[in-house]
Amino acid sequence: MLPHWLQLMLDSLGPLLWAALVFTAPLTLLSFVLGLTLGLVVALIRLFAAWPFTAIVRFYVWIIRGTPLLVQLFLIFYGLPSVGIVLDAFPAALIGFTLNVGAYSSEIIRAVIASVPKGQWEAAYSIGMNWPQAMRRTILPQAARVAVPPLSNTFISLVKDTSLAAAITVPEMFQAAQRIVATTYEPLILYIEAALIYLALSSILSTLQVRLEERLNRYGGFLEARS
Amino acid sequence: MIELTDIEKRFGDNLVLQGVSVRIAEGGVTALVGPSGGGKSTLLRCINLLEIPTSGMVRIGDEALTFHPGQKVGWASVQKLRRQTGMVFQNFQLFPHRTAIENIMEGLTTVLKWPQERARERALSLLEKVGLAHKADAWPATLSGGQQQRVAIARALAPSPRVLLCDEPTSALDPELSGEVVDVLSQLAREGTTMVMATHDLRLASKIASEVVFLEAGVVVETGPAAEVFGNPQRERTKRFITTLTQK
Repeated sequence: MLPHWLQLMLDSLGPLLWAALVFTAPLTLLSFVLGLTLGLVVALIRLFAAWPFTAIVRFYVWIIRGTPLLVQLFLIFYGLPSVGIVLDAFPAALIGFTLNVGAYSSEIIRAVIASVPKGQWEAAYSIGMNWPQAMRRTILPQAARVAVPPLSNTFISLVKDTSLAAAITVPEMFQAAQRIVATTYEPLILYIEAALIYLALSSILSTLQVRLEERLNRYGGFLEARS
Repeated sequence: MIELTDIEKRFGDNLVLQGVSVRIAEGGVTALVGPSGGGKSTLLRCINLLEIPTSGMVRIGDEALTFHPGQKVGWASVQKLRRQTGMVFQNFQLFPHRTAIENIMEGLTTVLKWPQERARERALSLLEKVGLAHKADAWPATLSGGQQQRVAIARALAPSPRVLLCDEPTSALDPELSGEVVDVLSQLAREGTTMVMATHDLRLASKIASEVVFLEAGVVVETGPAAEVFGNPQRERTKRFITTLTQK
């Protein structure tokens, strides 16, 4: 017969993984993709747009980076109904995480775009490209290589941060663990199990990051930095 | 005919070019020479508008643009003029994330919307011309400086520009590697490619230039056929400069 703790872990593994599959994964993936898109737009505005626009996006980044994520989630889910905006838990969490990823990734994207040598813009222009073509074909692909390590960090943090959504009633994996604790009174075992699942997810993602870096490094990086 | 008329370029308070006028005949090689900071590179970059002149006029063939202080020119007209030119940079500036052949195809497929196959054929024939057909699929980082510059020349020639602009094409190379670049450029000169090059390299200039423009402190000091300017400079300043170059 299996020891009690192992039996409990096995019994709860199904519900936990199900919650991870149905809530944690979609919340992470959706808010990362939307957040990156937002981050790219914000970065481009900060780098290239005129004053009022840069001021607006700087204000946004300042607010998001300067306040706790949990407080932001509470404001969106519990605070906004007071002004007539009522959101379901999942969309509220999605908006919160997207805004968060957008702010942090915009700083990363801004830095990596600026790190591409100016001569690459000139080379792109010299063969007749316009700004969007130079950006898309020449600058972003090179910036992307440099962005992989810091953006992977953002992504791995996000996987773990989605556990905060439990506090605004999203039934993701951590909340599933809490519910089982409520009936079994085994917090130590269940929370260790949840922690192990987060650890496994993060480890898988780190491995994928290494693969992606190797793939993007095949051409050897900026030429100028080498000479 | 390439015509620069009364070109003035300011960077803030710094007047880099003051009323430079040059006429460049097609089919020949014009070398822009002179001391560092004299405005050679800036003048060259004013031809393809990587630097926008503060005032003056740039004409390449039938395309012309006039500039006035504080007045912006539209992107479309800048590009129209720029597409008459190709440029070779001092530090090559190949796209590191594309192979040699992809570097050459890039302008053809992205800008001119050529089909892949046609662009590949054109790129391959240019690689053969610069003697690097065997390096078609190499990453730029694996090529020597001389090879990178030869790929860069092929990339600049791909859309058949009216004029090839070379900004110190051999300055980043040791004499041995610069030799292979000089060979490619002189072959192009023999074929009648119109070139304008800013250079310190007297070997390069005397070997392939037909005309010379000597610039100092943003003004044209002397201009004329290469043999005359190098062999029998009229101005004292030009004489001194050429003596220091040949002493090396």
